[in-house]
Amino acid sequence: MNIHEFQAKKLFAQYNIPVPQGKAVYSVDEAEQYAKEIKSNVAVVKAQIHAGGRGKAGGVKLARDKKDVAKFTNEILGKVLVTHQTGPEGRCVRKLLIEEGVDIAKELYLSLLIDRTYSRPVFITSLEGGMEIEEVAARTPEKVIKEYIDPSVGYQQFNGRNMAFRLGLAPEIIKQFISMAGNLYRLLTEKGASLIEINPLVITKDNRLIALDAKMSFDDNSLFKNEDVRAFRDLDEEEDLEIEASKHGLNYVKLNGNIGCMVNGAGLAMATMDVIKLAGSEPANFLDVGGGASKETVKHAFQILLADKNVRGVFVNIFGGIVRCERIAGGIIEAAKEVEIKVPLVIRLEGTNAKEGLEMLKGSGLNLQVASDIWEGAQKVVKLVGGA
Amino acid sequence: MSILVNKSTRLMVQGITGKEGSFHTSACMEYGTNIVAGVTPGKGGMDFEGVPVFNTVSEAIEATKPNVSMIFVPPAFAADAIMESVEAGIPLIVCITEGIPVNDMVNVKRFMVGKKSRLIGPNCPGIITPEECKIGIMPGFIHKKGRIGVISRSGTLTYEAVWQVTKTGLGESTCIGIGGDPVNGTNFIDLLGMFEKDNETDAMVMIGEIGGDAEERAAEFIKSDISKPVIGFIAGITAPPGRRMGHAGAIISGGKGTASEKMAAMEKAGIHVVRNPALIGQTVVEVLKKR
Repeated sequence: MNIHEFQAKKLFAQYNIPVPQGKAVYSVDEAEQYAKEIKSNVAVVKAQIHAGGRGKAGGVKLARDKKDVAKFTNEILGKVLVTHQTGPEGRCVRKLLIEEGVDIAKELYLSLLIDRTYSRPVFITSLEGGMEIEEVAARTPEKVIKEYIDPSVGYQQFNGRNMAFRLGLAPEIIKQFISMAGNLYRLLTEKGASLIEINPLVITKDNRLIALDAKMSFDDNSLFKNEDVRAFRDLDEEEDLEIEASKHGLNYVKLNGNIGCMVNGAGLAMATMDVIKLAGSEPANFLDVGGGASKETVKHAFQILLADKNVRGVFVNIFGGIVRCERIAGGIIEAAKEVEIKVPLVIRLEGTNAKEGLEMLKGSGLNLQVASDIWEGAQKVVKLVGGA
Repeated sequence: MSILVNKSTRLMVQGITGKEGSFHTSACMEYGTNIVAGVTPGKGGMDFEGVPVFNTVSEAIEATKPNVSMIFVPPAFAADAIMESVEAGIPLIVCITEGIPVNDMVNVKRFMVGKKSRLIGPNCPGIITPEECKIGIMPGFIHKKGRIGVISRSGTLTYEAVWQVTKTGLGESTCIGIGGDPVNGTNFIDLLGMFEKDNETDAMVMIGEIGGDAEERAAEFIKSDISKPVIGFIAGITAPPGRRMGHAGAIISGGKGTASEKMAAMEKAGIHVVRNPALIGQTVVEVLKKR
């Protein structure tokens, strides 16, 4: 789960990680009011969406005179921002973060995440603040400093010193850096975050270390531990169909193609998307109905698939293991009574009781085609929608 | 010979009295797996279909000498259950549980350093040596005793690959699901090394997916240390970046972990990469013929 910058900064403040004075606002009035409370004369107006690249897309404005905050808020609020992470349809800005301006002397990069390869938390830091770390790592890997943390004892002062001295920080900054890194580590482990990224982390002209930006992602499996983190979920940032799917325990990701797919198991669901492309079309979604697919699950899955206006054909690919195929077949037949399926439907059942399942489908009078393997199924459905 | 589990495996089940645990324990027993003990704290002294249930792993070990543990404990308590078995010295632990917090797994991995146990999973279908021993939730009947080793990050996609191999008539030596989580116990490399040494395995099928760099690292290892043929498939060529595709570990982040990168690395290492998942079985046959 991702959260907004203003939410991440709230958590930062709780963990004594310095952030600029700021507040989330939802209207021009609110922005104007808050601008008066800001200490500095310079203010920053920042669009709050779950995507990077806001600055380049015009979602971040510097008001040299804070009287301009209202004007900028008016410009950005309600605007659809298109960044390299939003896709061409962009994302509507519904809230803004208004912050005091700070006098920047230097910009750094600092992040903390779980390294999959070494199964440990790792800090990544660099003097090249404000740039994408992937770019820095590709061009000048020597400028990227990594510090692994032993989870059995957690963050130690020496971890902070290793980074601070390699960065060549001034003595008055080093102490602040060491304590900030420790606070970040506590935040990551206590709140179940999988990534915290500060880019840029700035040193001000009066020698303060401040997190000018804040990005946080959370491990979905840890969300049950922290109610305050769960409350940060923002449904405005999610696809309506994905929200609906999550209510029914379905794992659904909307894509841009026209062949809907319903599969059991995440790996097989991805492989099914891939064969649809191989067969000459594009998948409309990822959908894993899970191990215990019941009639109700199948019904909801159809409803969600068919609510996507781009879907012109559906491919159901089930490998029955513990889930018996005749139960899935029964689910499809029942679902078809309640959900009108107007697009071509191709079904492949394999594994436990596949034969019985296919017999049931054939005898149901439903308008559908069966396939004997994943490739035949993909080719059939692509042909039926005229995709290849 | 097979690897890791066989006829002489003595299995203990942690979480044996739970809904999932009891259902799959019965299925494993039916397949012929020798289940010697169950563990559910507070239910010690009970009996599950003739299997004695204990309160702790150490009590179960004292009384029944198991050498493998299968874990069905709910996600919030699963890390604790794994560590209990590690501390008690169980050599092989197979954790089926899906949804364990990644920080818990980080701690488990650190706890295991220097200890004797090997962990398979979590979030995996388990491990099976056909016609000898089934530990996990996979349907037994799709497997057939044979000479192909299968290693996979997935569940049903593994069944798909196994079923294809079975239908060709070749059959499998051992099949292992290593799980779909970002932090897991055992990766491709160790298992490939075991299959290489197993004189009852002729070739390996390796099923990967987007996210992380386990496949890239395996490819390097295969290039330097594996002489048997490896047939590979990577799921998720159509997956968008930044989105979690079902499995906690199946995500392209920072532009890294794409299917095309993985396939390129694998092809470079001499792995027979299959682009169409319907052709996994057929490709194994063709590769073996050419040898």
